[in-house]
Parts: sequence; structure tokens; C-alpha cells
Amino acid sequence: MKADQERRRVTVICGHYGAGKTNIAVNLAIGEKTRSGRPVYLADLDVVNPYFRAADAADLLREAGVVPLIPEFANSNVDIPSLPPMLPSVLEDGEDAVFLDVGGDDGAVVLGGFADRISAAGYSMICIMNMYRPLTATPDDAAKTVPAIERLSRLSVTGIINNSSLGAETTADDILASVGYAERTAEIVGVPLIGHSYIPGIAGDLSSDPRFSGLTLIPLRQATRALF
Amino acid sequence: MKGNEAIAEAAINAGCLYYFGYPITPQTEISEYMAKRMPKVGGLCLQAESEISAINMTMGAAASGARAMTSSSSPGVSLKSEGISYIAGCDLPCLIVNVQRGGPGLGGIQPSQSDYYQATRGVGHGDLRLIVLAPSSVQEMASLTAEAFDLADTYRMPAMLLADGALGQMMEPVDFSLFKKREVPEKEWAANGHGGKRKKNIINSLFIDPQELENSVVARYERYKKVEENEVKYEEFMTDDADIVLVAFGITARVAKSAITAVRESGIKAGLLRPITLWPFPKKEIGALADRARAFLTVEMNMGQMIDDVRLAVGGKRPVDGYTRTGGIIPSVDEVEDKIRRMAASL
Repeated sequence: MKADQERRRVTVICGHYGAGKTNIAVNLAIGEKTRSGRPVYLADLDVVNPYFRAADAADLLREAGVVPLIPEFANSNVDIPSLPPMLPSVLEDGEDAVFLDVGGDDGAVVLGGFADRISAAGYSMICIMNMYRPLTATPDDAAKTVPAIERLSRLSVTGIINNSSLGAETTADDILASVGYAERTAEIVGVPLIGHSYIPGIAGDLSSDPRFSGLTLIPLRQATRALF
Repeated sequence: MKGNEAIAEAAINAGCLYYFGYPITPQTEISEYMAKRMPKVGGLCLQAESEISAINMTMGAAASGARAMTSSSSPGVSLKSEGISYIAGCDLPCLIVNVQRGGPGLGGIQPSQSDYYQATRGVGHGDLRLIVLAPSSVQEMASLTAEAFDLADTYRMPAMLLADGALGQMMEPVDFSLFKKREVPEKEWAANGHGGKRKKNIINSLFIDPQELENSVVARYERYKKVEENEVKYEEFMTDDADIVLVAFGITARVAKSAITAVRESGIKAGLLRPITLWPFPKKEIGALADRARAFLTVEMNMGQMIDDVRLAVGGKRPVDGYTRTGGIIPSVDEVEDKIRRMAASL
């Protein structure tokens, strides 16, 4: 699986809006840079919501050596759904790793136009699930978001990350309570559950908590801004 | 959950079965959420062909006695203003949500508080008031939505939730059980079919006879007086010994609190009065603070609109200054802290 993943150049991060896609995309991109040292790009493809997005983490990405690809008008008052102009070229041949942070739900539509190139480059597409988001609170509702995203993107989801979180108030118990939800959701969708993500600074060090033994944990740093 | 979702879910919990909207950033998640949830609870979410249609559909649903709402952002609320005036003139209860963005004109899509005048003074023609509630957290987006419906029904008048793009988009946990529902009067005036069993109810805002019109407006203002007497809501933070009292609502109240906590560490006695109802405005409470505080500072995301109400409440007893940012910019804690320090130095 590891070798297979390394061949894949493109990692698509998708899911319901507010699930925590941007934070995970930023973390995975920085992780990839640290691990492999190869050139890593993170493209902000969020055409849905002009407020919280990968463009907010541009400085953090640059510091870590990841090249952020940001739409020209992100975080300005120009409310137009534009894509980063460099996107087509980084999807062409090369050894670089490209992470695509996609807008929530219907935001997957932007992938459709690049589906052939993404497929040719080799990709994994990770759907982020969050039990504490009201419209994806049950495994059935969460699983329903997947076919919609696949239809719009013309790509297939290859795995799920459980990012069930209550923001700054998330506790280890909250995450533990979401394990069954995540497992059932992955079962319905029919893809592997990659792991359970959490922010150690908020939920504590779960790796030393025996209740989480045997589970794949994905520790994250807080990469997106908290307003206050 | 997101602030916008909290509004929608709270409205459904409060028994709102009719939502009419038209998409505009940064409040579109309300429509989106309603479109998904309303069919499941036997309600109706309708995307109208325009803001004007949406507000008039809300008026129709409210006239039938149902709990109804519409939501928009600043430019959209301007479009709704005629309908809002008719709703006030017909004495109909409903909820209008404004998740503010920058203006004037098309303005911008980033958060703003520049519709304060519009909400508290000029949303629609004629002598009228709206009950205006200003949430400061995602929790309050939910609890004040529920409260707004109860207030509107109690006083038979439209209520407005005045939020902003930041509150609409940010995510915080919400507990929907925190709100205490109040008893509201039966809607005996509703035009919902008399079935031959009672006199027909007529919902109307047209009075040809000037005396009759004056009487109806005066009667409405009697109710407004009761709202002013009974429904003022505010929060005080460290005002007991404060020399400098900040007045801020909504998202800027959070910035103000952080700045106050910071300057307190260096011995500057600052505090905050946060109006939760913008109308009725907590003028008595601010007037009382003017007897012991030495200066006032409003923090607003506009060019200084609420400052007028604070000055009226302070009644010239103390200087009232403002720290304002506009265009979609949220004042930073550092900026507000710096302003307080400069004020403290000149006291």
C-alpha cells in the first residue's frame, strides 16, 4: 500500500463543508514534504466558500516548504469562483506531490474538468467525515455524500479519514464516541478507514491512551486560523 | 456547527415550518440547510425568484399564523425593506435574518456591522421598529433565533437577527437545549380560514382615513413601549470598577473582551457592555454606567453607527469615542488594546 501510494502523485481531499478538509490537507501536505523531501504543492480549489480556506494557511505552508497554489482573488472581496492558474501545469508529468483541497459538497465539481489528468497522474481521494457536523451525523447521511462527490468529480473516493471534532472543545471521549460511526461509514461506502485525526493540543495525547490502542491515529497541528 | 446552520436548526426547533430565501454570500448555508432539513420535518423551504418575493412570501405565511422566516445579507435586506415595512404595518410576527457583509452598494463579502442604522432605524418606510437581536457566538445564533420567534409572537411584530459574515461562517459547538421557551399568545388574528365559525380576520396595512392610520400607529407604539420596558438584553463584563467602558455588539464584542483582559493585566480598568438587543437599546444601563465610568469607547465594524445611541444614553456626561474598521475588516485585539491604552493615558 505504501509503495502504491508513493507512485500516486495526487491526493484529493474532499467531503462535506466544515468537515475539516483544509486543516487535513495542510497537515498531509506538510507531512509529505517532511517525509519525502520532494516538491509538494497544495492547491486551494475551494470555489464554494470565500471565508475559511487553504489560502489562510499560505504562510505556514511556505515555511514548511510546501508551495501553496492559491486562486488570484482568494480572501479578497471579489466573489468569483476562480482556480489557481498553475494548476494544469503541476498536474502534468513529474515527480511532485500535489494535494488538492476541494470545496465542500458541490465544490467537487471543479475536479470534473481535471478528472482525466488526475486519473492519469495516479491519485488517492480522501473523504473527510465529521460526526459532529449536523448533516453528516449518522453513517447513512455521511455515506450519502460520497456518491454525490464522485458523480461531480468523475473520480472515486479511495479512503475515509474520521475527523469528528467539536473544534476547540473536542475531548478524547468525543473522538472515542465517533470510532463506531467512522467504521460503519467506511463499511457502507466500501473503502478503507485510513484513521482518526485529532489535534493533540486540544484533545490530548491519544497515542498514550489505552482506549485508542489498535486504532490508527493521525495527529494534526492546528493549521487553519481560529478567529478569536 | 456553523453559525448559519445554527440559525436554521434553531428556527426548525422553534417550530418554524416556512423558510423563503434567496442565495447571497455569506448566509447561503441557511438556505442550503433549510433545503435539506425542511422536507424531513414536514416544512417548506422555497428558493424565491428574488429577495422581494421571499419577504412577501414570508409575510403571507406569517399572516396565516405560521412561524415563518427569511434570511439574507446586507444588499438583499435592502431589497426586502418594502416588505418588512408592510409586515410591520400588518402587525405580523416573523423572523428576518441579516448576516451582514460590507457595503454600501454591492460592497464586499467579508463581515461587517454597517447595517446597524438600517436595522435600528431605517429598514422600510414609516413609523416602525423591529426587535433587533445581535448574537456574539454560534451558541447565541441558535438561542437568539429561538428567542426572536417568541418575542415576535409575543409582541406581534417582526424581529431581526443581526449577525455578520464571521459569525455565519465560523464553527463552534451549540447546545440547543439551553434556550428556555416562553408562553406566547394564541394567534386569534391569523387569516387561516374561519370555517364559518368566526368573523373573518383581515390583515391590512392600508388606512385611507388619516385618523384611523394615526390610531393604528399609536397603538403599535404602545406595544413598542412595552418591548422597551421588558425586553432589553445585554451582557456586562468587568464593568463594576471600570474607568473605560467599551460598548460593542456581535463579533467585535469578542475582540473587545480580549483587549479588556489584556489591558487589565497592566492595571487599566476597562470593562464591556455588550448590547444583545440593539432595539430596544440598553440606554438606561449605559446611562447608569456614565455616573461612575470616566469614558466610553465603542468598537464597531462600520464608520461609527451605534456610537450615536451610546452618546444619547450617556447624555453628554462623559466623552464617547469610537474605534471603527469597515470594508469587511475585523478590528484586531492589538488595535483595540492600543486604543484603550491611549485613552487611559489621556484620562
